[in-house]
Amino acid sequence: MNTLIAIAVLGVICLLAEIFNLRKAIVPVTIVGLLAILGMTVTEFGTTGSYYNNMIKVNNFTVAFSSLFIVLTIFLVTLSHNFYQEQVTKISDFISIKLFLLAGAVSMVSFGNLAMFFLGIEVLSIALYILAGSDRLNMKSNEAGMKYFLMGSFASGIILFGIALIYGAVGSFDMDMIYEASNSATTVDWFYIGVSMITVGMLFKIATVPFHFWAPDVYEGAPALTTATMSTLAKVTAMATFFKLNVSMNGNMKFEYELVIVIVSIASMTVGNIMALRQNNIKRMLAFSGISHAGFMVMALLNLENAAGSLFYYTVAYGLAGIAAFTVIMYACKGKNNEELENFNGLGKRSPLMAMILTAALFSMAGIPIFSGFFAKFFILNNTLQAGWLILVIAGVINSMIAVYYYFKVISAMYTKEATEEAQKVPFEFYIVAVVAMGLNIAIGLFPSALMDLF
Amino acid sequence: METILKEIGVETYLYLSALLFSIGVFGILLRRNAIIMFMSIEIMLNAVNLMLVAFSTFHQDASGQVFVFFSMAVAAAEVAVGLAILVSIFRNHGSIDIDNLKNLKG
Repeated sequence: MNTLIAIAVLGVICLLAEIFNLRKAIVPVTIVGLLAILGMTVTEFGTTGSYYNNMIKVNNFTVAFSSLFIVLTIFLVTLSHNFYQEQVTKISDFISIKLFLLAGAVSMVSFGNLAMFFLGIEVLSIALYILAGSDRLNMKSNEAGMKYFLMGSFASGIILFGIALIYGAVGSFDMDMIYEASNSATTVDWFYIGVSMITVGMLFKIATVPFHFWAPDVYEGAPALTTATMSTLAKVTAMATFFKLNVSMNGNMKFEYELVIVIVSIASMTVGNIMALRQNNIKRMLAFSGISHAGFMVMALLNLENAAGSLFYYTVAYGLAGIAAFTVIMYACKGKNNEELENFNGLGKRSPLMAMILTAALFSMAGIPIFSGFFAKFFILNNTLQAGWLILVIAGVINSMIAVYYYFKVISAMYTKEATEEAQKVPFEFYIVAVVAMGLNIAIGLFPSALMDLF
Repeated sequence: METILKEIGVETYLYLSALLFSIGVFGILLRRNAIIMFMSIEIMLNAVNLMLVAFSTFHQDASGQVFVFFSMAVAAAEVAVGLAILVSIFRNHGSIDIDNLKNLKG
């Protein structure tokens, strides 16, 4: 609970620093503050509690995911300093919006009441609409912001309708009451309609097929750092929240609902991978790859009792690999108007370390051993097998083989094609973030039990 | 208030708000003017507010009405951001027709 308050206060401090003309101090102070908050959050591990009339509940699940969100935000804030170099007068806005986004993410994962859930998802979404449209003189960014806004608020409306129906059936927004209602035989039909509508809205937010069509456009148009935020932090948050919602609303999941999840999962993996094959823009390619990863993450819902650990492991692996990949993309495409694959030609000679980091990140996403992406897929498929969905496991394995092809397209561009321009100096922050993110990724690949046994 | 709800029945309110919600959904799917799409989003959110208030009276529980305040505040913030994006589109492009936004595809 203190985490949430501290993050919001840090965001306000950022805004105040602008008034006192302390722009240079904003990024370092924010990083130090976030590290302190991370320490405070980790010490809460192992305790459980509920605050403010059960509005916020703290347990191991929320502490683990909140820490992951804070770590991802630290990386994103570190990259901000260089990324917003030309808009340095607005740096306090960008950083504080990221912090408020983090506050939304933390309240989304630690809610004990549907009101808190709704506020969290809206704070996160509104912050992302602003960031997606933040490059306001660029037509592409405007378009991305508008599309994301329309799709996002449409999804929010559907979620709100679902919440209202659940309230009508249960008579309370409290998650404990809702859990009892979901297990009782006398619950009226509105409840199940409400659960379905919340499911549809959440599938919109995590961008799974058939609700994925906004993702590639928005990912391509938004500024690169915002795309990194959306594809790591926002997707991971929405997935963790969706899992938590299902645990309390759908404890005795019906076979029909499981079937829907299985179909959504297979469709997301297949459509995401096949569409990614023909993309020439790396942000668009990673958007489709994110859709297929969402398909993998959704599998965790089929085994609600045991899959929390593997879902956490998967989100950590995916988030860290995503941060590392986007750091290199920001470096390679700096000062250019597009993110086409040609920008990566000869990167292996121009900047060997950055090329190596991108290769490692893509290997991790493709699921090649040593990197944690492999173990993440292994654990989550193992859980699915326990739940008895063999067909889904087969589809997952086939899809991870397809995925290798388009990841290798980037890698071969970096190492086999001739460079068209001279090397640029790699900014210091990019080095740090890329190396630390990839190092953590490999470290959890070597010691998976450190994260798997948390729950 | 409770007697009125008993005479009319809570289902009637449900039908009305579902109807309003559908009008909002179809407005977003069919209309191409950004302002009208924003209004459709507002209709969707307000349909839900109506339903929350009706259920709140039905259950004799105030939390539904408190939730309406949250959702109104959130809707206002959301539309403020949407209008800001719309203004920057209008400055760059000179029109607010959604069909002009075709730069991103593939």
